[in-house]
Amino acid sequence: MRREPPRRLADYAPLVFPGLMLLVFFVVPFGTMTAVSFFRRQQGGFYTPDFVLDNYGRFLSPFFGNVLLFSILLAVAVALACVALALPFTFTLSRMARRTQVLWLVAMLSVLSLSEVIIGFAWSTLLSRTAGITNILVALGLMESPRALVPSLGAVLTAMIYQALPYTVLVMYPALVRLDPTLLEAARTLGASPLRAFFNVVVPALRNTLVATVIMVFVFALGSYLLPQILGRPTHWTLSVLITDQAVYQSNMPFSAAMAVFLVLLSLALVGLTVLVGRKDDGQ
Amino acid sequence: MSGLEVEELSKRFGAFTAVDRVSLNVPKGSFVCLLGPSGCGKTTLLRMVAGLEEPSEGRVRLEGEDMTSTPTHQRNIGMVFQSLALFTHLSVGQNIAYALRIRGIAREAQDKRAQELLEMVHLGGFADRPVAKLSGGQRQRVAIARALAHSPRLFLLDEPLSALDAKLREAMQVELRQLQQSLGITTVVVTHDQREAMTMADLVVVMGEGRVRQAATPIEVYRNPADAFVAGFIGSTNLLPVTRAADGAALLWGSPVDGLAMPAELASGVLSVRPEDVHLQAAGTGTLDARITFVRDLGATVETFLCTNDTTFISVASPRERGPFSVGHTVGVSLPATRCLVFAA
Repeated sequence: MRREPPRRLADYAPLVFPGLMLLVFFVVPFGTMTAVSFFRRQQGGFYTPDFVLDNYGRFLSPFFGNVLLFSILLAVAVALACVALALPFTFTLSRMARRTQVLWLVAMLSVLSLSEVIIGFAWSTLLSRTAGITNILVALGLMESPRALVPSLGAVLTAMIYQALPYTVLVMYPALVRLDPTLLEAARTLGASPLRAFFNVVVPALRNTLVATVIMVFVFALGSYLLPQILGRPTHWTLSVLITDQAVYQSNMPFSAAMAVFLVLLSLALVGLTVLVGRKDDGQ
Repeated sequence: MSGLEVEELSKRFGAFTAVDRVSLNVPKGSFVCLLGPSGCGKTTLLRMVAGLEEPSEGRVRLEGEDMTSTPTHQRNIGMVFQSLALFTHLSVGQNIAYALRIRGIAREAQDKRAQELLEMVHLGGFADRPVAKLSGGQRQRVAIARALAHSPRLFLLDEPLSALDAKLREAMQVELRQLQQSLGITTVVVTHDQREAMTMADLVVVMGEGRVRQAATPIEVYRNPADAFVAGFIGSTNLLPVTRAADGAALLWGSPVDGLAMPAELASGVLSVRPEDVHLQAAGTGTLDARITFVRDLGATVETFLCTNDTTFISVASPRERGPFSVGHTVGVSLPATRCLVFAA
């Protein structure tokens, strides 16, 4: 389908509503938050309008640096694990019968209907000592006695991957369905084993999709604040947990706003960098 | 020596039989066209030979070696797909060298071979171009070169020229045939275009409903089709109803066709005659009379549409042979018995 570019002002009319929504529900709150991040905090209460950099100055502590680094690494790990798991799964799915595909996709979508709280507590039960999966291993004789697997980094990772995987599959699915199946067959007739053909041909053909998916899951995982609290130790708390903590429990709006602004800018910078690196590769 | 042997090969998808006990013997170095209407099983047959589809029954042998359960990547074949399936993330040269890269051949040797193949398909100097910047015909050549890079034992092509425009397609047919002859590689092409088959093939295999209807040289298939299906599919033909007279002669709407006898086993059937074998003369002097309903003068040939007994058939003649007939005239039609074939209806 070919469409004409909009010419008159009225041609832009369909953009008014979404534009307005974006303004009211994103630009204005984000602006307010940015403004608050420069305000002065009043001990034990609220804040007064001002222009101070103290809130940003607090980032320079090693504690803050560690939390930031951990948050980014955790999000990267979740993103890579999700893509690594979802790619072979979605690829296989896209080659199955239509009915089977629909069933799987519906199951995936139903996971999306679960809230983060439910996912968190479900996993904390599953990984607990009293009712967890280690009891099955004990029953099978593979383990001596049941063990608690929470709180731990593994538990945080597992639950976050579980939560993000359906998104990953749904984002990849259209690209994989459209992928020309003869690409893989061509590689096989040229002497590549199916596995080799997959990495030589399918993965490069999907490169843009894969990069986009990694970015999406990364941003998604960066905002996770409940799962690290439910399933992790305080050392596994992310920047998002810190923001919640400052805003809700410490009533330090200016500092939490500064952290939030910083996190947004940082994710934007990382996404921009990824896109830039991707573009450089294309030029070669 | 046999290049490719297919023995009683069948493929069923559920209750549907796509390929039904097909046997073929392709001599080494020859060029075979699998020809048939869409859905006749020709592509499925080709894919089974390539190992991309598992046969329900039967065997596939390459140069005497049983390949039925050998995976595709170990068959040492080259294949050109209808979609071409070029790797867009690689350059032209890298596409062609892919089979060599897989086989762990040194980089310099890869480049040299890619150059050689590009020269062969008249694309010298294109090695570093991205695939996306090529025209349809150039992509076609790259796909052919890529499939030949590792000197395969068998060269398979699935409707390779269908995406090209008519003029380019004709040129590529000639080129492909010349390339195949110079390499002496056993080649199987799937096509639904009978002109393509006639141009390129040593052996034409006409398929219909999953079965081989006739396997013979192009001219044999044209001159002496095995049945009405083959006659109708190869070139254009007139199919007219005939019945058997008491003395065994063939009757066309009651008039005997001079010198043509019905096959002993048939009481009625269809008579197949090529349009170029239908001659027009003065009314009342031929096998039967017919009325001219339309004349298509194409310059090089003249097609005359004739109608009798509610049946339309066509006569083709060169402009020089064209008689003084025009639309609305009734003319005599003569059918030389040696050019007529009678099949079961």
